[in-house]
Amino acid sequence: MLELQNLSFSVEDENKKQLGILDNINLTIPDGEFLVITGPNGGGKSTLARLIMGLESPTEGKIIFNGSDITNLPINERAKLGIGYAFQQPPRFKGMTVRRLLSLAHGSDLPDDECCSYLTAVGLCSKDYLNREVDTSLSGGEVKRIEIATLMARSLQLAIYDEPEAGIDLWSFTMLVESFKAMNRDNSRSTVIISHQERIMQLADRIVVIADGRIREQGAREEIFPKLMGEFSEGCHFRGKES
Amino acid sequence: MQKIDYDLLKTIADMDGVPSVGAFNIRKDGKALDRHSTENVQIIPKTDKPGIDIRVMPGVTGEEVHIPVILTQTGLNDKVYNDFYIGEGADVTIIAGCGIHNSGCETTQHDGIHRFFIDKNARVRYVEKHYGEGEGTGERILNPVTELYLGENAYCEMESVQIKGVSSTERVTKAKLEKGAKIQIFERLMTHEKQTARSDVEIVLDGEGSSAQIVSRSVARDESVQVFYPKAIGNAPCRAHVQCDSIIMDHAKISSIPAIEANDADAQVVHEAAIGRINNDQLLKLMTFGMSEEEAEEVIIEGFLK
Repeated sequence: MLELQNLSFSVEDENKKQLGILDNINLTIPDGEFLVITGPNGGGKSTLARLIMGLESPTEGKIIFNGSDITNLPINERAKLGIGYAFQQPPRFKGMTVRRLLSLAHGSDLPDDECCSYLTAVGLCSKDYLNREVDTSLSGGEVKRIEIATLMARSLQLAIYDEPEAGIDLWSFTMLVESFKAMNRDNSRSTVIISHQERIMQLADRIVVIADGRIREQGAREEIFPKLMGEFSEGCHFRGKES
Repeated sequence: MQKIDYDLLKTIADMDGVPSVGAFNIRKDGKALDRHSTENVQIIPKTDKPGIDIRVMPGVTGEEVHIPVILTQTGLNDKVYNDFYIGEGADVTIIAGCGIHNSGCETTQHDGIHRFFIDKNARVRYVEKHYGEGEGTGERILNPVTELYLGENAYCEMESVQIKGVSSTERVTKAKLEKGAKIQIFERLMTHEKQTARSDVEIVLDGEGSSAQIVSRSVARDESVQVFYPKAIGNAPCRAHVQCDSIIMDHAKISSIPAIEANDADAQVVHEAAIGRINNDQLLKLMTFGMSEEEAEEVIIEGFLK
């Protein structure tokens, strides 16, 4: 179980003024929950995910994971506790093959068929991918899918996916949704997905809407999802701002 | 041979002692330790200076030739001249490499001057690994010179790797390409402590339809210094691509001074170079797998130099 207590994060702007990104977030994610975080761009969703993984440190508040305070724990120690994060914009690695990256994620060498099963789950069917390098020869969508596969290759208690749908074609997206669905059913681990996609929101047990650094609303999918859809059809007060 | 010799041979040429098949020449501390020719590959010692002539008969395919050099004596300066004559249509792999174990306080040095005459339609894969070790304070110096002459439609793939432990190196690689010839050079280099490395590569594309690719990747750590001078000259309708990528760490210094020259309107000569730190997102990504920052760095470098 993950508990975020009074979590705030701010950065200094060029005039040395504190610029608030997240303001007093309180959120509990129980074991086995499938949570979707949504909300407008720039609202603080990715920052929240990065705080949980330890890529950023909060200015205030606490992060409690399975009863232990992990607020000051380094990234790799959080990883060892079973927290994983799929980057919104994954880095590329010259000379690193897909097989090697998946094996590093897994913690030991993965046999071909297991590698292939993770790649298939994200819509990359070909065995040819195993020896491809995760460099600029791969498209953005391919790198993104491999990033998602690295989380599937790990044994996690809390998996966080940051906009997994970004840059992925429609066909692969369908495959991805199916994979998330399967994960949701057969796993007691918690899954947090930051997403704008209705088909991913429809998988959620609970939806949290983050806007302007705060939790604007949260609740069961059945309650929140129709409200969000209503907002969209009315010209949507958060999506409308983006366009 | 002693254990040190076996270990060096394994590291630089992936050999488990003396090969049971194929031609080979093992040079240790300035002398031939063992030599074997085959019907298709003749290895003949030079009479005027130290070194060997390696003659691969025309049309021979699939043979491997091992010519490693190991040095275990401190204070030894070993200079050797090896000439390779690759017959028309032959297809061979040549595995060279030099390993120095210097346990003393004097400089041990090996300068290998290699010339390749690759006939029409022949193909050569040339692998050269350089490595230094030893508990002594003496320097370990390797200054290889490689000259390659590629005949019509000949092909050469050259892979040079400096693994670690080489105090100083000055590498000179030159190639001349005739019509339709193709060369690919893959250079991997790592320097650490106060080591220095300089690599000059000059490819002259004289023949129509010839092509060259140079891919250089290096990592400079600690206080080490690296300088690269890759140069491609297109004298005919041809294509050349030079790519230098370096990771800089600690207090190291790297210079990359490329030169490209076209003397024909249909010569396409391209150069790309980049020097930079390890990307922070790469480190963070691997740390989210549970690695420490140091472990992540090693994994990134290992992949980059693979």
